[in-house]
Amino acid sequence: MRIVLAEDLFLLRDGLVRLLEAYDFEIAAAVESGPELERALAELEPDVAVVDVRLPPTHTDEGLQCALRARRDRPGLPVLVLSQHVEQLYARELLADGSGGVGYLLKDRVFDAEQFVDAVRRVAAGGTAMDPQVIQQLLSRRAADDRPLARLTPREREVLELMAQGRSNAAIAGQLVVTERAIAKHTSNIFTKLDLEVSDDDNRRVLAVLAYLDREQ
Amino acid sequence: MNTDTHRARARAREVLLAAVRGLALAVAVLPLSVLLFVLALVSVALIPIGVGVVTTPPILNAVRTLADKRRELAAEWCGVRIPSAYRPVPGRANPWTRTYAMLRDPAVWRDVRWLQVDMTAGFVTALLPALLVFYPLEGLAVAAGLWRPLSEAGGYWYGFVHVTDQASALGAGALALALLPLAHRYAPSLLTAHFRLTRAVLGASQAELAERVQVLTETRKDAVDTSAAELRRIERDLHDGAQARLVAMGMDLGTIEMLLDKDPAKAKQLLARTRQSSVDALAELRDLVRGIHPPVLAERGLGDAVRALALRLPLPTEVNVDLAGRADAPVESAAYFAVSEVLTNAVKHSGADRIWIDLHHVTEGAGMLRVTVTDNGKGGAVIGAGSGLAGVERRLGTFDGVLAVSSPAGGPTMVTMEIPCALS
Repeated sequence: MRIVLAEDLFLLRDGLVRLLEAYDFEIAAAVESGPELERALAELEPDVAVVDVRLPPTHTDEGLQCALRARRDRPGLPVLVLSQHVEQLYARELLADGSGGVGYLLKDRVFDAEQFVDAVRRVAAGGTAMDPQVIQQLLSRRAADDRPLARLTPREREVLELMAQGRSNAAIAGQLVVTERAIAKHTSNIFTKLDLEVSDDDNRRVLAVLAYLDREQ
Repeated sequence: MNTDTHRARARAREVLLAAVRGLALAVAVLPLSVLLFVLALVSVALIPIGVGVVTTPPILNAVRTLADKRRELAAEWCGVRIPSAYRPVPGRANPWTRTYAMLRDPAVWRDVRWLQVDMTAGFVTALLPALLVFYPLEGLAVAAGLWRPLSEAGGYWYGFVHVTDQASALGAGALALALLPLAHRYAPSLLTAHFRLTRAVLGASQAELAERVQVLTETRKDAVDTSAAELRRIERDLHDGAQARLVAMGMDLGTIEMLLDKDPAKAKQLLARTRQSSVDALAELRDLVRGIHPPVLAERGLGDAVRALALRLPLPTEVNVDLAGRADAPVESAAYFAVSEVLTNAVKHSGADRIWIDLHHVTEGAGMLRVTVTDNGKGGAVIGAGSGLAGVERRLGTFDGVLAVSSPAGGPTMVTMEIPCALS
């Protein structure tokens, strides 16, 4: 799997390259600025781009803007955005086109190499990887009197949180130490209670849940 | 052509211009000054019955516009600079607050006093240069034959000369010729005198400048105190938080190194703990950074930073932003933290279930940023000691910004903040 990596701090770029290569990814290019990223994305056609939000020359949200532009030109181009801080605002912009293949994680998540690599693979496959903090922000914003959410059992809420992060049933089952069948039952309950259309497609399922959580009341 | 004729022509032009300008001023001055003065008096008198509250601000604003126009003309025509020192008035505050704020401003009272001077002495000083120039011209016209129609009804007085025939008309002409050099010499200075008079009445007095200095000294002290306290807090947070965690991590890593061969299981356990420490340290640093200068503010500017802030609130919040550019970083930061404080207040105390934020830049005058935060809670918010709003007022004060709170019992609460600034 070919990756284009954009990160301006040498230490982090170097660390990410080593980590990803250790997991048998091919680094097509590791760049350090917005314009370089733009060129690399256009010329190298990677399977997935791993991009830091803040990049030179502006040191603002150059990386994010680059990723959004690239996805406008090539809808569904898998992009995993990394940042020192997560903002629901940015998550919303990344998810706006509804085409999946999007990740948005705190840089800290790299510490857990297994989970990070899993997120990269998931995004490359057209899935979603949202930072737990984004999901928590979304959930805490829902008013306490949000009826459908209040109807969920604590366990179902837990499953919902993991599902919104983009995890598959199997991964959720692994984390909560229950069978996949149990998770399947929880998810179907969740969809009924939230009045969402059930879908077998994992990606579409995640996007539906995220859209539900981000909906203005 | 030699330079002398050039200079003479330029001077003649200047003299004539002073006359025309003086005449224009005198013609415009009297009716406008009288009208506005009467309106202002009536309007202030009507405040007790409520009508005046609505009419006073626009009328006083009109007076200010007239005064500002005169300031412009003074600078443009005679190079007389008249400083203006109005206090900022919250534009969207309720009429009572506005009226009260305007009537408390000494500059507004000075405007009204100036109207009286302007319609009397101001009128005369504006008219003098015109008289001085046009009167001799009239005398020459009389000598040239205008005396015939003028003196038909039994004689015509030009100055102290009684014009009845050609001879006395020539006398009037001689007087005009004598007056002409005076006009040539004094007309422009007389117009300048008019503006000097205006400056004497309209310009800020020493006492007011002293008051302004006092305000600046206070807000500067506040700003310095606040930032010193902030730095102390950051130092303490770093010292007790991230720094301590890094020390612990270093120690743990040393232990792990030692345990690696002896007790790999224990080493693995410690590694997990070290990783957790690093995650915690990062989380602490992140919170700290957000308190110093929020990353979204640096990346996107005030509009999106406030949007991101709203998305973190537990209440549905509507954000309207209309900014064509970015303000200076210190202004953005002050506005951001002010909004943040007002929102925290609303969430904590108002009991509201909805909040509206409106953020836009007004171009009138030197331009200003205007932010309103409205909630549908129970009202009763005050800018008192100990309330978060007093802190907001202090914070904005550093930038000559103002805070107005309208919060009747039963709600809704509307907090308006204005900071003078330009966008780039």
